[in-house]
Amino acid sequence: MADTPIPLEVRDITKRFGDTEVLKGLSLKAHKGDVITLIGASGSGKSTFLRCMNLLEQPDEGDLIVHGEEIRFKKTRHGREPADWKQVVRMRAKLSMVFQNFNLWAHMTLLENIIEAPVHVLGKPKKEAVEHARALLERVGLTERADAYPAQMSGGQQQRGAIARALAMDPEVMLFDEPTSALDPELVGDVLKVMRDLAEEGRTMILVTHEMAFARDVSSQVIYLHQGVIEEYGPPEAVFGSPRSERLKQFLAPKH
Amino acid sequence: MEALMTWLEAQLADNSIFTLQTLGYYGEGLVTTVQLVALSLIIGLVLAVPLAIGRGSRHRWISLPIFLYCYVFRGTPLLVQLYLIYYGVVFVEGIQETWLWVILEKPFVPALIAFTLNTAAYTTEIFRGAIKSTDRGEIEAARAYGMSRGLMLRRIVLPSAFRRALPAYGNEVIFMLHASAIASVVTIMDLTGAARFVYARYYAPFEAFLFVAAIYLCLTFAILYLFRYLERRLLAHLKPVSG
Amino acid sequence: MIDLHGYGPRLAEGALITIELAVLSLVLAIVLGLATASAKMSRNWLAHRIGTLYTTIIRGVPDLVLMMLLFFGGQIGINMVTDQLYERFGWDVFINVNEFVAGVVTIGLIFGAYMGETFRGAFLAVDSGQIEAGRAYGMNHWLVFRRIRFPQMMRHAIPGLSNNWMVLLKTTALVSVIGLTDMVRVAAEASKATREPFTFMIIVAAVYLLIATASEWGFARLQKRYDVGYREAD
Repeated sequence: MADTPIPLEVRDITKRFGDTEVLKGLSLKAHKGDVITLIGASGSGKSTFLRCMNLLEQPDEGDLIVHGEEIRFKKTRHGREPADWKQVVRMRAKLSMVFQNFNLWAHMTLLENIIEAPVHVLGKPKKEAVEHARALLERVGLTERADAYPAQMSGGQQQRGAIARALAMDPEVMLFDEPTSALDPELVGDVLKVMRDLAEEGRTMILVTHEMAFARDVSSQVIYLHQGVIEEYGPPEAVFGSPRSERLKQFLAPKH
Repeated sequence: MEALMTWLEAQLADNSIFTLQTLGYYGEGLVTTVQLVALSLIIGLVLAVPLAIGRGSRHRWISLPIFLYCYVFRGTPLLVQLYLIYYGVVFVEGIQETWLWVILEKPFVPALIAFTLNTAAYTTEIFRGAIKSTDRGEIEAARAYGMSRGLMLRRIVLPSAFRRALPAYGNEVIFMLHASAIASVVTIMDLTGAARFVYARYYAPFEAFLFVAAIYLCLTFAILYLFRYLERRLLAHLKPVSG
Repeated sequence: MIDLHGYGPRLAEGALITIELAVLSLVLAIVLGLATASAKMSRNWLAHRIGTLYTTIIRGVPDLVLMMLLFFGGQIGINMVTDQLYERFGWDVFINVNEFVAGVVTIGLIFGAYMGETFRGAFLAVDSGQIEAGRAYGMNHWLVFRRIRFPQMMRHAIPGLSNNWMVLLKTTALVSVIGLTDMVRVAAEASKATREPFTFMIIVAAVYLLIATASEWGFARLQKRYDVGYREAD
């Protein structure tokens, strides 16, 4: 156990947009099988934090270690940038992301969406990728929709399809950015069910969500962010059961 | 074939304008028009793809010249561009003595150059618009899945932009067909050239020009239906299925 | 200084003709366009058909062919009518088709069809609730048109209008082919006479760009005026 590298570690991440510092030195360690949930009010920086983990946003300071490999940065006129984009591409292939708005590629069928990155980024043979994709579609309950285009599917189907696309990369860690926020309430259940199955089979997951009941059920760690700072963290029983900070208590209080 | 010809001749016997000979002029004109338009569209399309990508470049020394090229060619009449290239070539000192003259002597080549540069400028702007309107989320997903810039352009941005550009490009094709009529001004015997010839010979403007107008109308409809068909096939993915 | 070989004044005259031609054609095109839009939206079957036929034919045939048909055919057509008048009634009329008038009529006729589509789209974009509100306050048909539909329609029509104007401006170059001495014709003659095509064609191109750029600025200002109250919508 000690010999296998930690899937993802981030240290002291800071991020500024202009003059405002939105992330103030955040760290996190995801061991294999961890399900880490980031909660917090909107504007607390939780999505930005998640997006820094695969460099969709460039953190101004801090380190990123993916599967034991540290990402190298260099200083440029515009601030800090990754020194080696090939390394970033390699690292992103290990962390696959599920977006709030699904972001399926509109000109491809669902099956084509799923095999796109495995074939063209990982260089998998197409036949193998298609077989894998079909198995994944069955898992998320979309066998019938393989040849549908994203615009022809409901939001819930699109999001389950997007999860299949993420799984097709055989990722070390899956990142979920508010995966159910753009869905109609009646479609949320199906997506959460797929995510719960993934958590139970031991996938390493980091997610940003507003579904508190779900977070409580599946998380191994919960992090509460407030204005770019980790205000409280721990196992869900502690964070939800006996919150210490006033702000977290208020945040968790039932809304009217 | 023989029977068809005699039948045609019998049909044409009563009029003095639409003889087999004049119909032959129109036929050759049609071939010239189609060649000129198709060639300039194809070359223009090939030029427009890299230009549209370069137009969106962050480096000003790439994007600015392309912007200026598009601005000038879209902002001035095609006729002026044609004159510039046609006379510009003819009056170059000593060009008559070089081997280039063999190709440039005929007005077809200067016209082809002018038309190609013109359609490339318009097509560049069409593609640029389509590339710019690519969904940001789709680009983000491509980055998140480890695609390099080149791969993303090739697999995600361009395929979806081409599809979105289809309706506007269809208009450009029709526009080029109609604009090609000015080739007759530099003595090319295209469709309009044939009509002008028939008009001048028989002094019959209605017959000469209405006939050619009907041919252009048919070509326009053919292009329109072709693009409708393409849109139905290639833009199916953007339409939600009802029920 | 560029040597214009004495063509300077004629070029300036030509430029003036280009501008006059473009502006007059635009006015005619707007009038025809409004009429076409009304015809195509009308419940009258015949008006609708005529409007559709007009826009389809005009948009399916090259400008130059239409121009030649009207210019060369127009004279013969008018002669036929005047001949008939003389034979039947003994009226001796002679109408000479002037190139300038032929140019204005043809370009106006062509762009009337395009304007028709622009205006139709713009009228349909006006929220019907706005018109109902006008009616509810006792405005009559004409008042609703003048005070509510037209100003609101203009906001939607300006982008198309501006676009049509730019194309129209460039189309005026075609009148040089039927013999009108606009600046393109002067430049073509000068190019042949002096064997310096670049000098003259580039000057003409620059004048077109100048007019286009100036009108772009003008339309942007106009759009701003009609956008009042909508700016937040974007």
